[in-house]
Amino acid sequence: MLQEESDLSLIIAQIVQKLKGSNLYSQLERQAWASLQRPEIKLESLKEDIKEFFKISGWEKKLQNAVYSELSVFPLPSHPAAPPEHLKEPLVYMRKAQGSWEKRILKSLNSMCTELSIPLARKRPVGEQKELLNKWNEMGTDEPDLSLFRPVYAPKDFLEVLINLRNPNYENGDSLSFRTHLGLIQVPLKVKDIPELKECFVELGLNIGQLGIDDSTQVPPELFENEHVRIGQKVLAQQDSAAAQQYIRQGSPTALRAELWALILNISSQPEDVLYYEQLKTNVIQHDLLVDSLIYKDVKLTASNDDYYFVFEDYLYQVLLCFSRDTSVLSHFAFNSASPPKSYIRGKLGLEEYAVFYPPNGVIPFHGFSMYVAPLCFLYHEPSKLYQIFREMYVRFFFRLHSISSHPSGIVSLCLLFETLLQTYLPQLFYHLREIGAQPLRISFKWMVRAFSGYLATDQLLLLWDRILGYNSLEILAVLAAAVFAFRAVNLMEVTSLAAAEKKNHLRELKSMSLDDIVKIHGLFWLF
Amino acid sequence: MAGKVKWVTDIEKSVLINNFEKRGWVQVTENEDWNFYWMSVQTIRNVFSVEAGYRLSDDQIVNHFPNHYELTRKDLMVKNIKRYRKELEKEGSPLAEKDENGKYLYLGLCVFHRLMFSVNIPRRPVQPWIMILSHRFKKCVPKDSKTSSFVSQSNKEAYVISLYINNPLLIGGRKFDLRLYVLVSTYRPLRCYMYKLGFCRFCTVKYTPSTSELDNMFVHLTNVAIQKHGEDYNHIHGGKWTVSNLRLYLESTRGKEVTSKLFDEIHWIIVQSLKAVAPVMNNDKHCFECYGYDIIIDDKLKPWLIEVNASPSLTSSTANDRILKYNLINDTLNIAVPNGEIPDCKWNKSPPKEVLGNYEILYDEELAQGDGADRELRSRQGQSLGPRAGRSRDSGRAVLTTWK
Repeated sequence: MLQEESDLSLIIAQIVQKLKGSNLYSQLERQAWASLQRPEIKLESLKEDIKEFFKISGWEKKLQNAVYSELSVFPLPSHPAAPPEHLKEPLVYMRKAQGSWEKRILKSLNSMCTELSIPLARKRPVGEQKELLNKWNEMGTDEPDLSLFRPVYAPKDFLEVLINLRNPNYENGDSLSFRTHLGLIQVPLKVKDIPELKECFVELGLNIGQLGIDDSTQVPPELFENEHVRIGQKVLAQQDSAAAQQYIRQGSPTALRAELWALILNISSQPEDVLYYEQLKTNVIQHDLLVDSLIYKDVKLTASNDDYYFVFEDYLYQVLLCFSRDTSVLSHFAFNSASPPKSYIRGKLGLEEYAVFYPPNGVIPFHGFSMYVAPLCFLYHEPSKLYQIFREMYVRFFFRLHSISSHPSGIVSLCLLFETLLQTYLPQLFYHLREIGAQPLRISFKWMVRAFSGYLATDQLLLLWDRILGYNSLEILAVLAAAVFAFRAVNLMEVTSLAAAEKKNHLRELKSMSLDDIVKIHGLFWLF
Repeated sequence: MAGKVKWVTDIEKSVLINNFEKRGWVQVTENEDWNFYWMSVQTIRNVFSVEAGYRLSDDQIVNHFPNHYELTRKDLMVKNIKRYRKELEKEGSPLAEKDENGKYLYLGLCVFHRLMFSVNIPRRPVQPWIMILSHRFKKCVPKDSKTSSFVSQSNKEAYVISLYINNPLLIGGRKFDLRLYVLVSTYRPLRCYMYKLGFCRFCTVKYTPSTSELDNMFVHLTNVAIQKHGEDYNHIHGGKWTVSNLRLYLESTRGKEVTSKLFDEIHWIIVQSLKAVAPVMNNDKHCFECYGYDIIIDDKLKPWLIEVNASPSLTSSTANDRILKYNLINDTLNIAVPNGEIPDCKWNKSPPKEVLGNYEILYDEELAQGDGADRELRSRQGQSLGPRAGRSRDSGRAVLTTWK
């Protein structure tokens, strides 16, 4: 009991510390001072009266939302004597693996830089700055020569690293038993099993209405949809983050989604946020970074060729170029196993005074990165809001999909969860695919790394991301990936090679699949 | 014993031919006995011209109405709509209500607002577009009337001056228009179907209303045939979006009510345009027609009719396109030629709901009249759009006709 109390006070202290530096704090202070003018505030009961005022005026709610936001994002404190790297990642071998992976990426970036004789960063001449400013809304029409650039890495390179992960303290033994994990991931992380998943994702149970399933033609709207919309509107009127997060577990009506996500992520688009975005834009105009070319290349290769997202190509540049320069993103590295790459001013290699983080936000984009932003363009058409939402989604969720960690929502755990589900509940299929050299993870890995963006139709994808926000976890990606295999089990049993399993039709089919199909029609009853 | 349907076409497109072949129909030439002729607009002129003396028999169907140009020629469409409006006004119909500026509240359908005739203007090279900037006649280029040979009397050339929409709705900063397919099986009584899978065609170049950009064909014209030659044309998506994407985007960013209202208005425009030409259409029982409606949406989410095509393009620019057009023809044939059997023009042109495929009933005059014609006027007058018409569902109800 004592331990819990001291944990709680530690958490409270941390959150208070964090919020004290925020804009909300100064706003609250100002409001408190201003409220002294009000007749209902009496000197004798000053504290209670101000508290009451905050409650009525909605400021208490804003504070609640901010606290809730911090709780969702910030990991629980561990032992007080634990060093900061434990907050990033408690397991040593994972930290080491992440460290070497980062070294490889940076090496790749540096060698590209040297080969092409392009500096990592340079200041733009005034003429070029003017030109870029004019073209800001249509950077997509630019056709720079990107043929010499290659993405720094692709998901499949990352998968190879994960496959080779080993815990040096764990001896698997040579003898195969029914416990042997047949998949590619060979680290002993704890992942949820079906009963635990059922408990965790209780709102996805068959007896509870779902959007994306129960608003289809067969079910009359009176039964579920209308009521659900009504509740959603109520939640928005209350401006309560926690309620919104609970609500969205059953999916969000399209018209309410943009606001609900903003509420859950605690994004309110204040003037200073817009200003901050404009400042980032100025940084883009003034300096050119090598990663900019990587971003261009990525967008041109992925989103520009996508049926749904090609329209928003220009927005993607406007978001991603600014993102690269946003140093506020660096704070998430406190709980990310990754660390921002360091670069040195020319000629001062190794001298710490001349070290800078590169890119400024510490995130090197990989092939497909822009697809994290693309679906958001369907919800937000104002660039600074789009930017804020994306940034928050990244520092809460997406970073876990491309860094090596033991976190239950980290990509390693997701892969293991996927493989375990498949091996446990579809052993025949798993074994067959393994025999023909088509390990299921090789097919589903890219789906999970991209959180299914570009692989599902947008309306279905948004329903999926609703659940990510609702449960504050990425585990649903692994569950969905397993469900897709279950859904396609019959066809996949007939396949004789990895290439056949992966062929393009399979991909197009995924895009025409709806969660309705997967969850209701075939074999997912066992999951829920 | 029913024989196989004999088909002819003068349009060599795979989406057509594959559909005929999959039904086991037999290809013949036009000089032989044929049952089904998918013809180009040139040919229909010949078939129904006075000189030809062609008589179609009961087991022959063609894919155009003889005087479809009443709808598809811009100048005639304007004429017909004006006439229709005047008639409604005379009847004292509330549909013909105008606002304080004299603008029609419900019948301001289309882009064109002025019609000019001019005699003996020397022919100039065909320009694809005519523009006025707002209400000033800044730029005015003559249009070569598509079907001028129809005007039998003299060498009149019709000029249509169209109102240029300079505040189009932009998505991702890009201008786009909508292509919707509408099948009409009969004009009197009016029975028409809307294809659920229309698409948006995006410009490859960013839209700016500045005058220097006016000369850039790629910015303003969204027809794929022209966009295809722009440098940025992409062969995977072809610059096209499905209507359901549009709907998702609008609902997410603008809300459900205004989006449903937009789609309601689009259906409204289409039905009104068909009603306007129905009285003058030659409602030949051997005919059906699949039109391509081009619609543009302004930034107040008001739709405007640009034009109607009697021969919408059957060329496919991308793989998705090919699939869409193949299915379009398939569903069209299922409705026009029931059961794929030798047609009998005496049938009541009322297909069962199961064969509609991706079509939905847009307006069925017989059904509507059954429920009382004055319901239409009442519901429109009250500005209420009735129960949600926007959702395209295959529930079997005629969901698109809430304002019967």
